[in-house]
Amino acid sequence: MTTMAEPKRDAQSDAWNKFSPGIWQKDINVRDFIQQNYHPYEGDGSFLAPATERTTKLWKKLTDLFVEERKKGVLDVSQIPSSITAHAPGYIDKDNEVIVGLQTEAPLKRAIMPNGGFRMIVGALKTYGYEPDPHVVEAFSKYRKTHNDAVFDAYTADIRKCRSSHILTGLPDAYGRGRIIGDYRRVALYGVAKLLEKKQAEKTSLDSAMSTDEIIRDREELSEQARALQELQQMAANYGFDISGPARTAKEAVQWLYFGYLAAVKEQNGAAMSLGRTSTFLDIYFQRDLAAGTLTEEQAQEIVDDFVIKLRIVRFLRTPEYDELFAGDPTWVTESIAGMGDDGRPLVTRSSFRFLQTLYNLGPAPEPNLTIWYSPRLPEGFRSFAAKVAIDTSSIQFESDEIMRSAWGDDGAIACCVSPMLVGKQMQFFGARANLAKCLLYAINGGRDEITGKQVGPKSAPVEGEYLNFDDILERFEDMMEWLANVYVNAMNVIHYMHDKYAYERIEMALHDYNPLRTMAFGMAGLSVVADSLSAIRYAKVKVVRDETGLVVDYQTEGEFPKFGNHDNRVDHLAAWLVSTFMTKLRKYPTYRNAIHTQSILTITSNVVYGKSTGNTPDGRRKGEPFAPGANPMHGRDSHGIHAAAASVAKIPYRDAADGISLTASLVPEGLGRVEADRIKNLRSILDAFFGVTGYHMNVNVLNRETLIDAMEHPEKYPSLTIRVSGYAVNFVRLTRAQQMDVINRTFHGA
Amino acid sequence: MTIDNAPPSSEPQNVPLEAKSPYELRTNLSKNVSENVIKHSLETGDIGFLHSFTTGSAVDGPGIRVVAWTAGCHWRCQFCHNPDTWSLANGMPVPIEKAIEELGKYRHGLKVMQGGLTISGGEPLLQDRFVARLLAGAKNMGVHTCLNSNGMFHTRLSDAELRNIDLVITDIKTWGDERHLALTGKEMGPTIEFAKRCAALGVPMWLRHVVIPGVTEDPVIADEIAKFAASLGNVERIDVLPFHQMGRYKWHALGLDYALENTPPPTIALVNRVISQFTAAGLNTV
Repeated sequence: MTTMAEPKRDAQSDAWNKFSPGIWQKDINVRDFIQQNYHPYEGDGSFLAPATERTTKLWKKLTDLFVEERKKGVLDVSQIPSSITAHAPGYIDKDNEVIVGLQTEAPLKRAIMPNGGFRMIVGALKTYGYEPDPHVVEAFSKYRKTHNDAVFDAYTADIRKCRSSHILTGLPDAYGRGRIIGDYRRVALYGVAKLLEKKQAEKTSLDSAMSTDEIIRDREELSEQARALQELQQMAANYGFDISGPARTAKEAVQWLYFGYLAAVKEQNGAAMSLGRTSTFLDIYFQRDLAAGTLTEEQAQEIVDDFVIKLRIVRFLRTPEYDELFAGDPTWVTESIAGMGDDGRPLVTRSSFRFLQTLYNLGPAPEPNLTIWYSPRLPEGFRSFAAKVAIDTSSIQFESDEIMRSAWGDDGAIACCVSPMLVGKQMQFFGARANLAKCLLYAINGGRDEITGKQVGPKSAPVEGEYLNFDDILERFEDMMEWLANVYVNAMNVIHYMHDKYAYERIEMALHDYNPLRTMAFGMAGLSVVADSLSAIRYAKVKVVRDETGLVVDYQTEGEFPKFGNHDNRVDHLAAWLVSTFMTKLRKYPTYRNAIHTQSILTITSNVVYGKSTGNTPDGRRKGEPFAPGANPMHGRDSHGIHAAAASVAKIPYRDAADGISLTASLVPEGLGRVEADRIKNLRSILDAFFGVTGYHMNVNVLNRETLIDAMEHPEKYPSLTIRVSGYAVNFVRLTRAQQMDVINRTFHGA
Repeated sequence: MTIDNAPPSSEPQNVPLEAKSPYELRTNLSKNVSENVIKHSLETGDIGFLHSFTTGSAVDGPGIRVVAWTAGCHWRCQFCHNPDTWSLANGMPVPIEKAIEELGKYRHGLKVMQGGLTISGGEPLLQDRFVARLLAGAKNMGVHTCLNSNGMFHTRLSDAELRNIDLVITDIKTWGDERHLALTGKEMGPTIEFAKRCAALGVPMWLRHVVIPGVTEDPVIADEIAKFAASLGNVERIDVLPFHQMGRYKWHALGLDYALENTPPPTIALVNRVISQFTAAGLNTV
């Protein structure tokens, strides 16, 4: 790389040539830059280019390494505690990379990031056969306190009890919280020097303020942010790039932006390390170069493909327990695509298509987590293409642009799966979730845990008599939720206080405005289990079964009751009530840094783990049986198809679940229509209808033969899986094994 | 405390619409309904006997549809994949008002999704009054309607009623009276008349044909059906459906003698041959 040798340029005038002016030139304002300069694209995907030979070769190199990685669990580990500049530059194939930069000096080699918590790192190292470096052990046990240590210094007895009984689970107290999205676009548009200048000005502006706790913290954080920006510049220089000034070409824009993101994933092992909303921003650069004749479509696609390759190989060192909770080894490099602008123009550009095209050029993959901000008002060409990609690759998710834009604005992005935030202006304190099904059982048992029998919640007289009474249970449940909300907010305040103090996201926050909007994202697990349980108590008769200690351990339900997921208000309103009630209780307690309380109904994968630690429930679910994911109806109970199930989920009020409401739908291609054109049109129709009302999120799993076989083993992962052929339908997970084989052979006949 | 606006828990009809999967074997759902009520219901259409219903179907007519399967059929097709729909007694009793109300919940979405209501079965026209009232109810709320019928009882619908249906789907099971009688237990005359009547009234049709190895494999069959379909003038589309074995367990569970026990699904080549026969006749075939 020889870029370094170039003479210092008049950075801005050169880089911003041909861009329409606006307030983005006077202040840091990427949204304004986009609005002034982007060109909506209303056509179809016919302009797209396939992968170049170079791309295919480079990708092949990695896919070979993936095989080895899968065998060993992790390919390799670097025990140098990671920071933005800790590792020497790394390459996959130096001469053949269009975009460069790796987390460590070699691809797939994982770094350790001990500030979040050292215990988890030692556990992970040992699991994968590495002896922890004694110097590092000494540093992080003797000299440097971590977030994990600090949190436990300040936890209350109640929090500890709730943690070990799993009524609160997955709290980010031993690992990086993630879900903070730096506005990495700023690096490309402004260059680091200008961002640094801005941060220094922000800090200076606090000089006149009295040094209170808050102001001292702010000054220290701003200093850390400035330092991180300097390190970012140094890291890029190590790769041979001077990123002090703005990017001058599309390729540079992608490279600058990626360096910003890379700095973040070098330093933070966050639960979700999302990218933001970059494709339409980058499109402005692509368009400029294409118009100038300095770039071809093939080259544009190659740059995007290479960028996406880098995003696909982001790796963190994690323990198997962590992976069990999050199912697999996800990084949630979420990229938000499309959506509408406040002025009514679609934010769809050719680059929105190019990002989706990577799923063909490189094959399907879960990362980066390509997320369509869907509106029925998006151009038909794009909606059809997105539907086609969903059917072909099963690798994209859809979220409601209408709802999120109304709530947060038209330059938002998703962190993780469903959490919306305005890029660079808003961040969240991630909070895992509370198990509300368990909370209901505590209410029945006077605060005793239904599995261990221990007193965890506040002690009260347990329910009496043979049958559960709806009004009685509801009152007890409300009291128990009140207690749980208190403990939960307490825990979150401690966690995020300590995370800011010991594992602060320097570079991500450096790419935010000073004092951004903060939300505290609580979460709920077990929505459909609770709704159905309350419905059973109200509409059927639920008899309790007690053990010798008087603990209610099982339920016998007599009669029919309506079940969530069938568009039946009797139970759908119970689900909505649950969400709103718990939210109201959470709001009663003050949050760290005055964050706005929000809530998600999201357990995309951890539903299995939550179910494992929850006893029998009054809806008939057995002890240990998985919950439904997110806001999904319990598997097999949404007995009247996707339209009914989606309608039920869409009734959950977003204002009380502003961190997102997740619905997973599983389909086989044949169920969407008999020929491809029908399938695309029909999926588009389903999305238009769901997001045309109050639907928030839809994960569309279009299954292939392998996933169907997986569904035989793990029915809980494939809720609402219905296989339809003309005139006949089958709820797959309810069939016997032999029948399932029949179906698989039938459905994928000849495939 | 208020937790919902739903009506109180006492259900007037004990209709378990919300419970159980429609895709399961369903039997004896109306065993407690007296013969008098059944007779009256069939005359008036006050109550229908439904095997099940689903939403979100993309394979029972255009767009995304609500599908109601009626109970009761006089045919005994050897390849039937829903033999639990043969007996009226296997249906759940659903008052017409309740059926229309349930459909009403989906009407907005059905319009957006360019779908509608499909009534299939069983043989829907065995319950012609209920079906006519449900279809009229759907039309009244602007929902596209589709009837999937074998035509055996088509004369029970008046011209006006038939003309009011947006799309009729009919299966042409095979060709030739002898073959038809062997395969379905009934003659094919009424189906042919039904298709001709729809054509005369200008009602659009989709025709379906199931390819069964060794049963409807003879090229003569598809050729004859194609010739007939092309002659009608109202056929918008032909669905060529490969035979499958997903209904086998229902035959076993009902203790029925399943003649196609060992019949495999057709090869892709066979399905493609049949499709090409229809296409050759100028028919839109999928």
